[in-house]
Amino acid sequence: MYYRVPSFLGALLTASPLAKDKKGIFNWILQRASACVLLAYFLFTIAYIAVNPDLDYPRWRQLYSSSVMQIFSLLAVLALVTHALIGLWCVYTDYLTERLLGPKATLLRNSFQAVTVAITAAYVIWTFSIFWSL
Amino acid sequence: MSRNRPVNLDIGTMRLPITAYVSILHRVSGVAIFLGLSVLLWCLDKSLESPQGFYLVKNIFDHPAAQVIIWGVLSALSYHMVMGIRHLVMDAGYGETYEAGRASAVISATIVGCIIGFLAFWVLS
Repeated sequence: MYYRVPSFLGALLTASPLAKDKKGIFNWILQRASACVLLAYFLFTIAYIAVNPDLDYPRWRQLYSSSVMQIFSLLAVLALVTHALIGLWCVYTDYLTERLLGPKATLLRNSFQAVTVAITAAYVIWTFSIFWSL
Repeated sequence: MSRNRPVNLDIGTMRLPITAYVSILHRVSGVAIFLGLSVLLWCLDKSLESPQGFYLVKNIFDHPAAQVIIWGVLSALSYHMVMGIRHLVMDAGYGETYEAGRASAVISATIVGCIIGFLAFWVLS
C-alpha cells in the first residue's frame, strides 16, 4: 500500500509562493475553480426551469433582476472566460501542431486563438448588455 | 531541443481504451458548448428582453429543428458536466488507478446516456 497526494493538494503545494514557474499549475487550479462555478450556475438554471414548467415572464425577469442572480451571473461569465480560454488553448496546442499539420500549424493555431478570444469577448459584451438592460 | 525528433505516439494506429474515448469526447463536448453558447445566450437575451421575446423562446421549442439544436447543446453540456465531476473526483485522489478509471468511465458514460435519453424525452416532443 502506498499513499498518493491528491492532485489538488499537489497543485496547491506547487502553486505556493516558493515555486518558481507557476503558470501551468495556476491554469490547472483556475480550470477547476471555474468548473465548479459553472457547474453550480448551470445546475441551478436547469433545475429552476425544470421545477417551474409554468414559468411566466414577470417571474423570469424578476429572477435575473435580483442582485444575487446578477452577482452569480457575473461570476459565471468570469468563470466562462477562464474555462473556455484555458480549455481551448489545451485543445489547440495538442492538435494544431507542426507534427500533425506541418509548418503552417503555428499560424493556423494562432488564428484559432485569435478567433477564440474574439468570440469570448463578444460573449462577454453580449452578456453584459443583457444584464445592463434589466 | 531538435525540431525533428522521432515521435513514438501515433494515436491513429492505436486501439484506444474507453478512458481515451471519454477524454476525447470531453474535449469535443467542450468545443461544442463554446459554439452552442451562442444559442443559450440568444435564448437568455430574447427571454429577458420583453414578454413577446419570452413567449417567442418558449414557443420556438415547438419547432423540431430548434428542439434538435437545444437537445444537442444540452447533451454536450450534460456530458461535459458529468465527466467534469469525474475529473474533480480523481483530482481529490479517488479512483486514480487504471481499473478505477475504466470503471468510472463506464459508470459516467451510463449516467450521461440516461441524462441524454431523458433530455430527448423532455425536449424532443
